[in-house]
Amino acid sequence: MKKPVYIQSVGSVSAQKTFDSSSFLEDIITYNDTTVRVIDPNYKEYIPPAAARRMAKGIKMSTVSAKNALTEADLEEREVDAIIVGTGLGCIGDSEKFVKDIIDNDEQFLTPTRFIQSSHNTVAGQIALGMGCKGHNFTYVHSSISLESSLLDAKLQLEEDEAQTILVGAVDELVDHHVNTHHLIGHIKKEPTETFNVLKSQTKGAIFSEGAHFFVLSNKKKAGSYAELLGIKTFNTLQIEEVENEILQFLNENILDPEEIDLLLLGNNGDVEFDTYYQTLNEGTFVSHSKAYFKHLSGEYDTANGFGFWLANKILKEGVVPSAVLRDNHEITSPKTILIYNQYRGENHSLLLLRKC
Amino acid sequence: MSELKQELKEKIIEQLNLEDVAVDEIQDNDLLFGEGLGLDSIDALELIVMLDKDYGIKLADPKEGRKIFESVQTMAAYIEANRSR
Amino acid sequence: MGRGVAITGMGIISAIGNNVQENLRSLTSNKIGISKITQIKTIHEDEIMVGEIEDTNPVLEKKLGIEANQWSRTVLIGSIAAKEALESAEITDINEVSTGFISGTTVGGMDKSEQYFYDYEKNPGIRQHITGLHAGDSTNKIAKYLGLEKGFVTTISTACSSAANAIMLGARMIKSGQLDRVIVGGTDSLSKFTINGFKTLMILSDTYSTPFDDNRKGLNLGEAAAYLVLESDAMVQKKQKKVLGYVKGYGNANDAYHQTASSENGDGAVLAMQKALKVAGLLPESIDYLNAHGTATPNNDLSEGRALLRIFKDGVPEFSSTKSFTGHTLAAAGGVEAVYSVLALQNNLIFPNLNFQTPMKEFDLTPITETKEKPLQTVLSNSFGFGGNCSTLIFSKEA
Repeated sequence: MKKPVYIQSVGSVSAQKTFDSSSFLEDIITYNDTTVRVIDPNYKEYIPPAAARRMAKGIKMSTVSAKNALTEADLEEREVDAIIVGTGLGCIGDSEKFVKDIIDNDEQFLTPTRFIQSSHNTVAGQIALGMGCKGHNFTYVHSSISLESSLLDAKLQLEEDEAQTILVGAVDELVDHHVNTHHLIGHIKKEPTETFNVLKSQTKGAIFSEGAHFFVLSNKKKAGSYAELLGIKTFNTLQIEEVENEILQFLNENILDPEEIDLLLLGNNGDVEFDTYYQTLNEGTFVSHSKAYFKHLSGEYDTANGFGFWLANKILKEGVVPSAVLRDNHEITSPKTILIYNQYRGENHSLLLLRKC
Repeated sequence: MSELKQELKEKIIEQLNLEDVAVDEIQDNDLLFGEGLGLDSIDALELIVMLDKDYGIKLADPKEGRKIFESVQTMAAYIEANRSR
Repeated sequence: MGRGVAITGMGIISAIGNNVQENLRSLTSNKIGISKITQIKTIHEDEIMVGEIEDTNPVLEKKLGIEANQWSRTVLIGSIAAKEALESAEITDINEVSTGFISGTTVGGMDKSEQYFYDYEKNPGIRQHITGLHAGDSTNKIAKYLGLEKGFVTTISTACSSAANAIMLGARMIKSGQLDRVIVGGTDSLSKFTINGFKTLMILSDTYSTPFDDNRKGLNLGEAAAYLVLESDAMVQKKQKKVLGYVKGYGNANDAYHQTASSENGDGAVLAMQKALKVAGLLPESIDYLNAHGTATPNNDLSEGRALLRIFKDGVPEFSSTKSFTGHTLAAAGGVEAVYSVLALQNNLIFPNLNFQTPMKEFDLTPITETKEKPLQTVLSNSFGFGGNCSTLIFSKEA
C-alpha cells in the first residue's frame, strides 16, 4: 500500500517578499527591467559569519529557505531522512568566476573555493554537512524540471516508506555572464517590462530571475500540513496539440475528472513564442477552468516552478487566491485541487497535482 | 618581519573572507587552524596559492603546509627564508 | 515485494575502448588508457596524465552523422555509448513502452563554454553552445538523438557518484512500476575546468595512478560515457529478452564530514554499502568481487579501505580499482564501473588493479593485480563524490 505524501512546510526566497510568511503576496514588489533579483533576507540572521564566508549566493538563499522550512515543520535536524535539491545551473556565479580565472590567469594561481562551489551538488552537500544529515542526498540538474525530478524522487521514497521526512529544495542564481549570453540569443526580453505587463507583453523572451524554494515532505499528515502531493509527471518533449490530452491522461492516472480541478496554475512567462503551449488550455476541456499565473511575480529561472509550487501550497492552506496571480478579475475562493503545468521554451514539461488536506 | 606579519594578517582576512575578524585580533603566535582561527584544509589550499602568487614559493605537497601555516609567525619566517619575490 | 531489475543492454566509450568489446579486451590484456593529454591545450600538460578517449570531436561527429561543432564532447560521447546500449538491448522502437533516460554529468557542456567564454558576443556562429552549459541540455540532446519522446528524462549531478545515482534512480523507478524501461548512466568529457579544479585541490598525480598503494600520489582524470538499459521483469518476459545481469541492491548516503574530503573512517561509505546489502537481501560474505571507487588519492583510498574493513571485517572480498585503466571519469565513473561489473559477471573474471606495489601501512589490504578467473554471482561497486556523496550498487547474475 503506497503511503500518501504531504507538504508540511515551505520556505522561499524570491523576487517577492516570500521569505516572510506573515503576509501572502499582499504587497507586490513591481519591477520594470529585463532581469530581476531576489529580495535578500538578512542572511546574517540565519548564517554565522564563519559558515557564510565561502558561501555562494545560491547557498545562502538555500540555507535561509531550508531553515525556514525546517522551522515551520517544527523538526529537529536529525529527523530529516533525506535531502534532495534541484538546480538548473547550481552556483553558476562561482563556475563563471572560475572559468574567467582560468582564462584570465592562463591556468595559474587558481584557488579551490570557487571550483568546489561550482559543483552542482554543493547546495545539497553543504546543507547535509550543516545538519549532519547522513541520509540519501541527491541533486537533480535538469533545466526546468530539476525541482520536479527532486519531488518525484522524494515521493517515490515516501510512498514506499523508505523515508518518512525529506527536505526538498530548488535554487538558481542570476549572474552576469549568463544574462549577457542569454540576451545575445534572445532568451531574455529586449525591452524592460513592467511586472504586471509581462504576461501580456507580446514580445519574445522572458524576464530572467533567481530564487530558492524549500519544502519539507512527509508521509504523515500533521495539523499544519499544506497539501497532499497527488501526482507528478514530466515529459522531455510535448507537441502543443498533445498538451490537453496528456493532462487528461495524467488526471485519469490519478483517478480525477477534469471538473475536480479547481484551479490551473500555469507557467506563462510572457514569451510570445512559447506561451502558446498554455493557450491551448483556453479552449477545449479546460476552457472555463479558473487559471492563475506567477512568473510575472517571480521571473523565469530553471527552478521558477518552485515559486509556483510554493504558491499552490499557500493557496491550499490559506484558502485564498491572491489577486496578483489572477489575470481576469473573477475571484476564486478556497480551491481544493490545483494542477500546475509548466514548461520552458517548449521542452521539459511538468504536471504537478496538489490537493488540500 | 613585523611589516610582513601585518601584511599576512590582512591577506589572510581578505583571501579567506574572514569578515568578522580584525587584523589586531590575530596574534603572531595564534594557531590559524583548528582551535585558533578555525581555518580548515580548503583554507590551507588557498594559502598555498597565496604563497605561490605573492611570494613565488611553490609547495608540491599540501602536507608541507601544516607546519608552515601553524601561525602568522611561522608563515612569516618561512616566507622570509624562501621568498623569490 | 520488490520486483527484479534486469540489465538488458549496455554501451560504453572510454580511454580503453570505443565499445563494450574493446573495453573488455583492454581490461583482460592490461591495456592502460592513461597518457599525456593531447586534445586539450593546458599549461599543466607535463604535470598530469589523463584517460582520454582516442576519437577527436570531428571523428565522433562523423560516427554520429551530425554537423560539426553543434554539440559538446559530453553529448557526443554520451550519444555513442547510449546508442550502443540500446542496440545491445535490441530496442528498435524506443517509444513503444514507458521509457526513461537518466544521465549523470558534472561538466555538461563546459568544454565549449570555457572555449568560447569571451567569444559569444562577436561570433554568432558559436552561440548554439550558450544553452549547452546546462547539464540538462546535454541529457536532452542525447535523448533526442535516441529518438525518445514524451519520456521521463532527467539529469543527476552528484559529482563523482552521478552515474551510480542515475542507475539507482532508474532501478527504483522500474521496481515501483513507474517505468517499463530506462537507460541509465553518465557522461563527462575532459575540460580545462575539471583539470584546473582538481589541480587546485592538489590531488592530481603526475604519473600513472596507483590505487590502494602506499605511495599513491593522486588521481588521473579521465573521460567516458557509459549506459545500461534496465527493464522490468514483465518486459523481459514479454519480449523474451536476454538478461546480462540484475541491479540487485543500491544505497546512497552522505558522509556529512567535509565539502570535498571523505571522513577518516568512511562513515558515508559504510552506510551506502550497508543500505545496498540490505536492499539486495545479501550478507557481506556473499559479495564475490568488489569494484572499488579507488581514485588513488591519499584520502579516498584510506577512507574507503577503512570502510571496507568495517563492513567485511576480516573477509574483505577480492577487490580492484579499474580507474588505473580509465582514469577517474567523474560523473561517468559509476556507469563505466557498472559496465565492468556486468562484464565481470558475464565472463567470471576479476579485472586487475594496475600499478599496485606496496600495501598501505594503515591496514592489510591488497587488491587483485592480475586478471583472475573466478565464478562470480555478485559484484559490488562503489562510487563516492564531493559533497559527501557515497553510493553503492550491487549487481548479480540471478534476480
